[in-house]
Amino acid sequence: MTTVRNKQLSSTPNAGLATATQAPGRPLVTTVNTKRLLLTALGWVVAGTIFFPIFWMVLTGFKTEAAAIADPSLIFSPTLDSYIEVQQRADYFKFAMNSVVVAFGSTLLALLIAIPSAYSMAFLPTKRTKGTLLWMLSTKMLPPVGVLVPIYLLFRDFGLLDTRTGLTIVYTLMNLPIVVWMLYTFFKDLPKDILEAGRMDGASTFQEVIFLLMPLTLPGIASTGLLSVILSWNEAFWSLNLTSSQAAPLTAYIASFSSPEGLFWAKLSAASTMAIAPILVFGWLTQKQMVRGLTFGAVK
Amino acid sequence: MNKTRASGRTVGGFRTLSLQAPAVTLLLLWMLVPLGMTLWFSLQRYNLLMPGMTGFAGLENYEYLLTDPALWKSMGNTLLLVGWVLVITVVGGTLLAVLFQQEFPGRGVARVLAISPFFVMPTVSALVWKNMMMHPSNGVLAWLAESIGLPALDWFSSLPLTSIVIIVAWQWLPFALLILLTAMQSLDDDQVEAARMDGAGPVAIFFFITLPHLKRAISVVIMIEMIFLLTVFAEIFVTTSGGPGLATTNLAYLIYIRALLDFDVGTASAGGVIAIILANIVAIFLVRMVAKNLES
Repeated sequence: MTTVRNKQLSSTPNAGLATATQAPGRPLVTTVNTKRLLLTALGWVVAGTIFFPIFWMVLTGFKTEAAAIADPSLIFSPTLDSYIEVQQRADYFKFAMNSVVVAFGSTLLALLIAIPSAYSMAFLPTKRTKGTLLWMLSTKMLPPVGVLVPIYLLFRDFGLLDTRTGLTIVYTLMNLPIVVWMLYTFFKDLPKDILEAGRMDGASTFQEVIFLLMPLTLPGIASTGLLSVILSWNEAFWSLNLTSSQAAPLTAYIASFSSPEGLFWAKLSAASTMAIAPILVFGWLTQKQMVRGLTFGAVK
Repeated sequence: MNKTRASGRTVGGFRTLSLQAPAVTLLLLWMLVPLGMTLWFSLQRYNLLMPGMTGFAGLENYEYLLTDPALWKSMGNTLLLVGWVLVITVVGGTLLAVLFQQEFPGRGVARVLAISPFFVMPTVSALVWKNMMMHPSNGVLAWLAESIGLPALDWFSSLPLTSIVIIVAWQWLPFALLILLTAMQSLDDDQVEAARMDGAGPVAIFFFITLPHLKRAISVVIMIEMIFLLTVFAEIFVTTSGGPGLATTNLAYLIYIRALLDFDVGTASAGGVIAIILANIVAIFLVRMVAKNLES
């Protein structure tokens, strides 16, 4: 976030300078103002258009079912009926709870497994480190649909179908490469001397990680965790195929609205708004750091 | 000094091993076991509905699949979907990145709004588009069309694949924007300034400075999107279920139909192998590019 602001500050005088040198004869202020106005309008129209479906969904959640399917209108008397009704259907909480447990459970597990691994890659690199990192990235390239059949059959045989445990395992493994990569890039930025100093004072590896590394890279670990939560929360392929009723998360709950007799737009919108709101906020908070994780450090 | 370093390395080697073991072992299992099973099943006669019919099938499943017109139709749909979404998101994402790199009041908020769709779960975005945007009588698009005197379109029956492309592109355009905007931050302001001093217009600056600078980020976007787009599933699952007919069935959906609806494990696995091969062709390039980055 800070880099954006710095950029903004530094490019302002430049832009003014450029226009000044470029068009010495023209009335400077008006050209700049019209250009700026057009740019502002364009920027807002484009952003508004892209965001519109989300805006519309949030709005529809506050309408009555009748108003929801009437002609599109911004003027209506807002009601919380749909929210209340969705909340009252006890199953909503079950699905939401499944989402929370699975997303946060798999994230914690992934962090637990990934932190030691990323630590050793960043601070005790060997010849094999690079190869291991790339190999981890390559496991992410295995399309889930290519292994759907065996995972489904294994889950059936081990009694993991439609269980939170099963889904948590899949999400942990699905996100593990990204989590290791992201942590690795954050850990690598930490000056080696700090950990060195701790080692001189006789800290064990465990103490080094818990008392030095983790507090120092907490923002990085947090954004890695948030990305993992986002990816697990929104994951739809495995949740639709491996769960049915007991362990189904919100993705599957929302999908159940797709049946033709389930045309309850206001309720669908209310449920959807609640399902995406926390993740949208997480996403807004971590967008900068997310790029690292999503591109495996190839774009900085 | 030398001695400590040498002993440190051996201790380090052992520590590295024990610290990395959990992650590496789990990922190895996660990759090799299902991969091996998929390969094995693809060579077996294995249908859950016909428990009596088992045994080695050789390449029968592949033969059956490769002569099935549904496979070619679904491959075609997969390529069309991937291709169009890539074109829309990369071209659109680049233009949007240039736009949101400019300064205007409220730029921060506008950026946040524009990248938001990426954080919406696929089932929600598919249903919002299907019901509230593209519904033939009550959707916003139908209302827009009617208010300018055009007939409303029944998107999912007249343009099924296009509709899916629109939904998926809407989800991935913000991803391209996010990555390209980040890449844009490292663009050298002085270089742009120098070009401007030399009389280069905005178009020239875009083609000769911005675009070359974004080349690498664009290829990363293309490769990462390809990996995900090759197996688009939820958007099809909740909107068209692959129909009408096979109009929106992609490879991922076909495998799902064969495996979980027809219970034909053998054929579905053969399809899985084909999907893995396709993804790996893309992956090789991506891994190579990231590897280059690791060295620098």
